[in-house]
Formats: sequence, structure tokens, C-alpha cells
Amino acid sequence: MIKFTTVFKAFPKGGLALKDVSFHVAKGEFAFLTGHSGAGKSTVMKLIYADERPTSGDVRVSGYNVNEMRPRDVALLRRKLGIVFQDFRLLEDRTAEENVAFALEVTGARSSTIAARVMRVLTQVGLAAKAQAYPRELSGGEQQRVAIARALVNEPTVLLADEPTGNLDERATRGVFQLLRDINASGTAVVMATHDLDLVRQAPYRVIELQEGALVYDSAVDEARDQAAAP
Amino acid sequence: MNLTFREAMLTFKRAPLLSVLSVTTIAFSLFVLGLFGLVVVNLQDALHGVEERVEVVAYLLPGAPIEATAQALKDIDAFPEVQSATYVSEDEALARARAELVELRDVMQELERNPLPASIEVKLKPGFRDTDHVSAVAERLRGFGFVDDVRFGRDWVEKLDRLRGLAAAVGIVVGAAFAVVAIIIIGTTIRMAVLQRSREIAIMRLVGATDGFIRRPFLLQGAIKGLLGGAVAIGLSFAAYVLINRYLLQSAFFTREQAVAIVAFGALIGLFGSAMSVGRHLKRV
Repeated sequence: MIKFTTVFKAFPKGGLALKDVSFHVAKGEFAFLTGHSGAGKSTVMKLIYADERPTSGDVRVSGYNVNEMRPRDVALLRRKLGIVFQDFRLLEDRTAEENVAFALEVTGARSSTIAARVMRVLTQVGLAAKAQAYPRELSGGEQQRVAIARALVNEPTVLLADEPTGNLDERATRGVFQLLRDINASGTAVVMATHDLDLVRQAPYRVIELQEGALVYDSAVDEARDQAAAP
Repeated sequence: MNLTFREAMLTFKRAPLLSVLSVTTIAFSLFVLGLFGLVVVNLQDALHGVEERVEVVAYLLPGAPIEATAQALKDIDAFPEVQSATYVSEDEALARARAELVELRDVMQELERNPLPASIEVKLKPGFRDTDHVSAVAERLRGFGFVDDVRFGRDWVEKLDRLRGLAAAVGIVVGAAFAVVAIIIIGTTIRMAVLQRSREIAIMRLVGATDGFIRRPFLLQGAIKGLLGGAVAIGLSFAAYVLINRYLLQSAFFTREQAVAIVAFGALIGLFGSAMSVGRHLKRV
């Protein structure tokens, strides 16, 4: 599904954003990507959605080789991914419903099916009643739910969430996190970058930790090794 | 297409002032082009009137046989360049001279013998009224045995040629200059529209919109602005034409086809300006 093999990524001004990073996220898996700010979490995310290309090494996502993608393939890859950000990235002059529909429209979906699909995901994130609200009329948690609904509406195989709870209070954080868990339970792989260790501890999911661009811990690998080493 | 149209319209709604401004600037640059176009159209009309009078006259030797002349007249009429060939007898020539040259009427009356030769007057079809064709026809007329001399206003046919060439050249240069101005203006307004919507474009990319999809509303928007600008320019030109006719001189307006062509030209440069701009700026967003 997502496979990094000895990936290096240089900053444009010199220095390395990622050093020799290798990991593999399987279909339907939930993985946390942790580390301090500047550890390289966002760079990993950008490589997954092909906003950046690796300087060396190999990145494969949903059958695409990110190293050698044409612009059109980038667009097609992103239709298979759902992406959620800390700052929501909603269009301020469109309602919740229109924001979600937008993601379908750009893919050329048939307009007859759009309304029903949009309502289904808004219901899934618990915002059906606020479909006509503009982002400024919604709380942070609600805005993030709209963003998640937009990410889900194309039925992605992977949901990428880059610090999705970074701007939310505790209650909204719990709600959004639960929503991501539900999405994962229905079969969508989730990669969530976060530095909220409380969240990470709450759930029995895989943890990949980055430090200064290097992968220093991967629970899938390290726990397996620990278990093998145990008497 | 529906969506592209809606997105293009949205920009007009979001930035009405900018849109009005760009349509107005395009309208004015096309208006100047239109005014110049009117001058060219009227000049062409005038040249056309002069052209009508381009003719080649073959003067015949005295006593040219009637049968041969009649046959030659038929042959000349069949030349591809020739519109009409008319035989003017000696008597007709004299009658005409008497009518036209009033001052010499007395002299003419006293003539014992008609000094004027018979002639064949040849008018050429439109498109053949330039030096090359006129000379070629004159040369062929000289080939007839009973033709004494062939005359045509070589000087002013050549002048007409030059004038025509000049009008066309000035038209192309001025037209190109204003087209470039309009393209730059449209390019700039599209650039502003792209920058204004950079956030939106980034989001479109994230949800998997292709560059073509993102580009299309901008192209349509440019074309619509150009189209509106062209239509306004035609309106302004018409107003100018009405005023000129009322206060200055009788002139002609564009034909329907020419007017449509100007509006279409507006749309085309709108499309072109936005295509140049959007490609460059999308890369930076």
C-alpha cells in the first residue's frame, strides 16, 4: 500500500529532511507517525501524496512509483488518498456540503450521484444537520469533520491525517480521533502524524517515530524483534 | 463543462471590480482597433471606387476590319482577367469628346475630319486591377495586328497598388500592437485571479484535480472577458460611427461578418492571454 525503501530527502537549502527511511504500511492498517516538530513527519506525508519527490530511495503508494510520476498521475493518485490537515483547508466561501462536493466534482463524478454521496459522508462524520453551514459558522472540531468528510467522499484506500487534532481542544480531539478509528475499522488504512503522545498511548496501533529525519522506532518491527528475543 | 462555466462565473462574482476593469480595458483597446478598422474599411471602399475605373484602352488603326475587330472583342472578353470589353467607334469617340470637353466644342465643330481613332475599352475583374495584371492584359492587346497603341494609367495603377499595400501594412501593425496590449492586459487580470485563488487551487490539487481541470475555468474566463470586451468595443465603434456620420462625413460601418470577427478576435486574444498567464502562474502556486 505505502512502501518507503531507503528514502533520503534533501532540503533545497542543504541538509537532510529524511535519512534512510524504510517502512511499509499494509492495507487497512492504522499507523501513527510521531516525532517532534521538524522531525520529518510532514515530509513523509508529502512524499506519500506526491507533493515532494525523494532525493534518493523509492516511494511507492497504491501502485504508483512516486519517483517518476507525471502530473496527471499525481492527480489520479490523490483521488485514491484522503488528506486531512491541521488547518482544515476548507474553502471559506462554500458551505460544508459544497466543500465536500468539490472533491467529487474535480474528479468528474456524475452530478446525479454527487448529492447522495456527499450526504452519506456528512452523516458518517455527524454533520448532516450542518450541511448548509459555512466554515466560519462551525467550530474547529466541526470544520475538521467537514475536511474528513471531504477526504472520505472519494472512498480512498488510505486516509492521511497530518496533525489533524493540532488545532482542537481536548473534547474535539477525542471526537475526531474516534472518527478516524471508525473509518479505519471500516477498512480504510489511516496514517496519522501527531505529536500528541496521549492519543498514541490510548490506542493499540502501530507507531513509527522519527527523530531529525531518521526512523528511530517502528513498533511493528521493534516489538516483533523484542518478542523474538524474549525467552 | 457545466462546472467549468460555474467556476468561471464565480470569479466574476467574487472579484466584480477587477472583472469590470479588465473587460473595460480590453474594450477600449479593441475600440481603438475598431476605430482604426473603420478608417481602413472606409479607405478600402474609397479605393474600390477608384479601382472600378481602372481600364485598359486599345486604340485601333484606322480602317481596322469590322469582322476582325468583332472577333477580337469576343476573344478579349474571354480573357480570365476581363470583366467587359467594349468597342467604341470613331463617331462615338467624337460624340463623347464633344460632351466631355465643352471648352473645345467650337474647335470640334469645325473639324473636317474626325481625328479620333476607334478603340476597345477593357475593364478588369476585381482582384486583377493591379499593375501586373493590367500590364499583362495591355501586352496581349498589343499583340492584335490592328491595334495601334495601348494606354492605361500606369502611374496611378502603381500608386493604387502602393496605397493598398500601405493600408494593409498599417492595419496589420496597428492591429497587432493593440492585440498584444489586450493580451497583456488579460494575462495580468488572469494572473491576479490565479493569485487570488491560490489557496483554492492548492486545495483542488490536493483532492486530485488535474492541471487541465484547474486551467479550464481560467481559460473560459479569459475568453468571456475578451468576448465582452469585443462586444463593448463594437458598441463604442458604432456610437463613434453614428457621431461621425452626423457631424463629419458619410462613412461605412463594419459588415455583420466583420463585427462578428472583431468580437471573435476579442474572445481569441482573451483565451490566448489567459492561456499564457495561467500556465506560468499555476506552476508557482
